[in-house]
Amino acid sequence: MRRLAFSLLVLVLFAMPAAAKDTVVVYTALEPEQITDYMKAVNKTLPNLDVKMLRLSTGDISARFMAEKDNMQADVVWGVAATNMLVFKNAGLLEAYAPKGLERVQPLFRDKANPPAWVGIDIYMSAFCFNTEIAKKKNLPKPASWADLTKPVYKNEVVMPNPNSSGTGYLSVASILQRMKEPGGWKYLDALDKNMAEYTKSGSKPCKDAAAGERAIGVSFEYVAMKMKKDGAPVEMVLPKEGSGYEMEANALTRKAKNNAAAKAFLDWAISDEAMRLYSKYFAAVSVAGFPVPEGLPKDISKVVYPNDFDWSAKNRDRILAEWQKRYQK
Amino acid sequence: MPAIGPVEAARIPTPVVRHRLDGERVLRGALLTGFALFLWLFVGYPLLQVLWRSLLDNEGQFIGVANYVRYVRTPAIAASITNSLWVSTAAMVLTVTLAFVYAYALTRTRMPWRGFFRVVAMLPIFAPSLVHGIAFVYVFGNNGILTRQTGLNVGIYGAKGIIFAETFYCFPHALLILVAALSAADARLYDAAAALGASRLRTFLTVTLPGVKYGLMSACFVVFTLVITDFGIPKVIGGKMSVMATEIYNQVIGQQNFTMGATVSVVLLIPAAIAFAVDRLVQRRQYSLVTSAAQPLAPGRSRLARALLFVYCATIAAAIVGVYGVIGVTSLVARWPYSFAFTLKHYRFDTIGGYTPLLNSLEVAALTAVAGTVLAFVGAYLVEKCRTIASGPLYVASILPVAIPGMVLGLAYIFTFNAPGSPLNRLYGTLALLVLSNLVHYFTVPFLTATTSLRQMDAEFESVGASMGVPFWKTFWRVTVPIALPSIVGIGMYFFLNAMVTLSAAVFLVAPGTELAAVAVLLMDDAGDTAQAAAMSVLIIGSGLLVRLGFWWLLRGITRRTQAWTATPSEG
Amino acid sequence: MTAHRSPAVALERIAKKFGHVVALRDASLAVAEGEFVCFLGPSGCGKTTLLRIIAGLERQNVGVVRMAGRDVSHLPPSERNYGIVFQSYALFPNLTVARNIAYGLEARRKSRHEIDGRVAELLDLVHLRAHTQRYPAQLSGGEQQRVALARALAPSPALLLLDEPLSALDARVRLALRQEIKALQRRLGITTIMVTHDQEESLTMADRIVVMNHGVIEQIGTPVDIYTEPRSRFVAGFVGHMNFLSVVADARPGWSRLGALALRHRAAPPVPAGTPVTLGIRPEEIIVGSGARDAENRIVGRVAGLQFLGAFTRLRLDLGDSAPPLECDLAMGALAEVGAKEGVELPLALRADALRVFRDPTPPAASDA
Ligand SMILES: Nc1ncnc2c1ncn2[C@@H]1O[C@H](COP(=O)(O)OP(=O)(O)OP(=O)(O)O)[C@@H](O)[C@H]1O
Ligand SMILES: [Mg+2]
Repeated sequence: MRRLAFSLLVLVLFAMPAAAKDTVVVYTALEPEQITDYMKAVNKTLPNLDVKMLRLSTGDISARFMAEKDNMQADVVWGVAATNMLVFKNAGLLEAYAPKGLERVQPLFRDKANPPAWVGIDIYMSAFCFNTEIAKKKNLPKPASWADLTKPVYKNEVVMPNPNSSGTGYLSVASILQRMKEPGGWKYLDALDKNMAEYTKSGSKPCKDAAAGERAIGVSFEYVAMKMKKDGAPVEMVLPKEGSGYEMEANALTRKAKNNAAAKAFLDWAISDEAMRLYSKYFAAVSVAGFPVPEGLPKDISKVVYPNDFDWSAKNRDRILAEWQKRYQK
Repeated sequence: MPAIGPVEAARIPTPVVRHRLDGERVLRGALLTGFALFLWLFVGYPLLQVLWRSLLDNEGQFIGVANYVRYVRTPAIAASITNSLWVSTAAMVLTVTLAFVYAYALTRTRMPWRGFFRVVAMLPIFAPSLVHGIAFVYVFGNNGILTRQTGLNVGIYGAKGIIFAETFYCFPHALLILVAALSAADARLYDAAAALGASRLRTFLTVTLPGVKYGLMSACFVVFTLVITDFGIPKVIGGKMSVMATEIYNQVIGQQNFTMGATVSVVLLIPAAIAFAVDRLVQRRQYSLVTSAAQPLAPGRSRLARALLFVYCATIAAAIVGVYGVIGVTSLVARWPYSFAFTLKHYRFDTIGGYTPLLNSLEVAALTAVAGTVLAFVGAYLVEKCRTIASGPLYVASILPVAIPGMVLGLAYIFTFNAPGSPLNRLYGTLALLVLSNLVHYFTVPFLTATTSLRQMDAEFESVGASMGVPFWKTFWRVTVPIALPSIVGIGMYFFLNAMVTLSAAVFLVAPGTELAAVAVLLMDDAGDTAQAAAMSVLIIGSGLLVRLGFWWLLRGITRRTQAWTATPSEG
Repeated sequence: MTAHRSPAVALERIAKKFGHVVALRDASLAVAEGEFVCFLGPSGCGKTTLLRIIAGLERQNVGVVRMAGRDVSHLPPSERNYGIVFQSYALFPNLTVARNIAYGLEARRKSRHEIDGRVAELLDLVHLRAHTQRYPAQLSGGEQQRVALARALAPSPALLLLDEPLSALDARVRLALRQEIKALQRRLGITTIMVTHDQEESLTMADRIVVMNHGVIEQIGTPVDIYTEPRSRFVAGFVGHMNFLSVVADARPGWSRLGALALRHRAAPPVPAGTPVTLGIRPEEIIVGSGARDAENRIVGRVAGLQFLGAFTRLRLDLGDSAPPLECDLAMGALAEVGAKEGVELPLALRADALRVFRDPTPPAASDA
């Protein structure tokens, strides 16, 4: 009996929210290995902050954030696609906040309102990973363009992320539809689907699969392609010659953040020079000018990307995803 | 029978004389109420939430069965039903067949290494289901070690991969049941068959098979339910094939389309519930099968059969060891299959915040074991020993959880504990909720174990205590618990091991700060960090094995201590 | 046992049902202090239920339970002050004999010293001194039984309840323990209620027997009373052996007819002529042979079977088509004297003062136990 009482007590104690000593709950879609890097800096610069983090793919974290709108858990959304930020803003889930140092952020990278609902930090773009070992074994030519991916030789050799869950997946699909217009873009996607071995949940998995030799070609984004190559996997990065799709990732304060002060401190840090320097290790571009571009990536990304109409991407997101699901989700 | 019928009974008023309220009754009432409340809050109410949500649209408007109509009309989603059914059936047939021969070899021959084969076959119990999927990719994948060596690509992504990986995962579950069924054979039947000059085949068909009929059926249901409710393996190795469990995951985690998730959940409940109901019926019949006069069967002696069966068992055991070996090796080399340089870097788990998920898992498993054991045993005690009108319903509610797929439970908890304005919200995003979900998910088996061990005790212990003015809790503590200690330890172990590897309910409930090891494996695999996923799997399996060893040691101590009063059976 | 003292246990109009099954109907009873009472009846008649209602382990739908004059109907078991022994003994297998006996004492905040003293006393009482540190599983059935008894007696209760305490034992041990329990009860003077379905047990042990059937108390009386003056056909059949004859009442009071034969029987309240009644006579009360020649109620029976039962032999006597066969017990000497052999016809007499009248109209099939 006494033991029962004790266990119940333990349960109750755990049920209590941990004493809120500068806790901040952060939802993010940034890559796990980057987060490790960033968090080292956060812990040093803001030692009083206890950061509780949930990391999921862009689509997943967004869906979860939306679903919790009546019992909001997150204080901060960090590094989530701008397209999704537009959706959050329209749903009234964000609280406008001008983080310290906002003036350094290039105008293109922030919400136009003042104070802004969201502030961008980086840009990343779609890129293919191509496994040369498999290519040799199966005699596959190196693809150079989106169009190449639909060639019959690549049947069952291509993987790309599911746009429902992955930001990379969505930016690729959105960019194709913007470039080829509808219904031409869908025709292309139909053809691409024929070669697709699988749609993965996360945006980096296709490239990692290609690196592991499970697939010949993975449609991912530029950083992971570079990283796999550096780690010694037999892969090459391909930036499609029609132009890569790209996406901006941004931060925001959530409506009625429970830990408001801590959240703001975190957001201030998240666009600080220290943060930008770290971001710039991983991204083709960051929102504050003057940081170096990682080795192996094009110096001027405007040459390699196809321009993105964020408003269009955000406005048509639900419709595109529904259509995509209808066509390809089996 | 004389005329004591309903007519006469009607003349006697139904209410019984009330006893004065004393501390004991108050406590008993409070405990019963608490238990009932627990079952309502964590089983009944959440399930109703799922049912209800499946009748609403995403805006909360009541739309009747429209979701179901949409479900079966959307070919892409509806395909998941047929996929689930046939994959589960295939895995069931394969697993039960393989396990039957294995069990036959273990129980009906005297081949060497039986103990070793038995232990090895239990290994898959210590790993989350998806680990088997990951291992299969490493071995049979497009760039798997076997594929590279032989150049032969079996095309593991899809139904084939799911079926084979599930077979590994479910093997020990089927084996346990079949070994029990085959051990309970009555030698007299075999003697009779031999005396009648029946051939071996005929004996097998007319004696062996009917004798284990119920065991076979039970094994089939268990495997079928495990496969159809598992989502880890299809997630990892299913390729483009979608099954119901992954469909719920996609609908809920991917799109947060809760109503569709609820709809698929309700449909998934049906086969699980049927399997559960039939299994209960079968179990009830099984008791009468072996009479107390049955003679244990002496294993057969054919040398050829023994040799063949030995090779068979060795092959399966080698395959199981191989799977875990591959997981172990991949976690320790730089980049499978390109660079086999030894490294521990995959054990650093930078990307998921180090060892927090593993520690969380251990904490959740330990709490589940403690709280679950207390709850299952006290609950069974209340239902068995404090007979009230509520006993029947409480019993049913206590064995119901086994029919609830983990994903459905997880979804139900989101509905229940993330509802706006609900006081239960505080539980959302806590480790306590994970503990509670495990506790409910795995409640039935411990509850039944506890019930069985309580039923084996004399029904009058409490009455004796009461007659001498000893309160029931004292008798519970001094007599009931010590006698049931071996069962109690077993229950604790069951909770712990399952809580370590469970994925399905947890995947919906983890929140910042409450990441679990099994979920981490899933997420790392999702992100393509398979080596780290393998490393985490190794740690899960390792800690499970360690804990199992600890329990074994504990149990041995208890047995030694209790031997004094159980050694000589009483004649009374 | 003075007249004005309240009975140790008094039951007033107890009724109990389980769902639609009526276990007890209107049972009333008073047990005097120091008395040994047996509840006797066939399986399922409600004996255990009545005992458990007294114990407070079962709750009645109707009726009052009094102990020493006090209404205890509303008291939980722990406040009723009795000791109980179950058929299964319900010994705690994980506690030694000594700890089992001490179990009830420990709850009473007694000092260790006091407890040890009392335990030793009880161990002597039931002759188990040598087995103090054994576990129940290491004892024989009879020894276990005695531990259960000692455990029930340890807290010095006012009442001892025994539910078929001997039925799990083999015949010899059972006989020995009957004596022992009875002697112990006498010595302690403790009011005792024992449930049994063994008539011999109740006849040898009880001060008074409560015969029950189908939830009804059929008769309460001393063993001699019950045997010689059974008040119903059921009691007559259940306790000891009884032959039954279905007859119809004659117009003359005290007479009835069996076919053409007129039989005189014990005086009984008159019933209209032609009413079917049952006559009962015990096997040893039938006069056989020469003694029957000029007695009343003479008939002739042909010996259809002999059953040797040790001290006496039971004859089965066919009376022809008019009545079922009679059973008749003869001692060894008498047997030779009358020359009873299979097929032989013997003169019989049914003594009028032994022929009891029962009003039960049609006797059910299974009559004797
Ligand atoms: N808990 C119960 N629920 C339902 N019916 C019961 C219960 N306990 C007893 N009965 C019924 O009440 C009747 C009397 O039962 P009781 O146990 O008192 O009989 P008994 O005279 O002690 O019989 P036995 O000699 O077989 O022990 C029986 O018909 C029995 O089936
Ligand atoms: Mg009884």
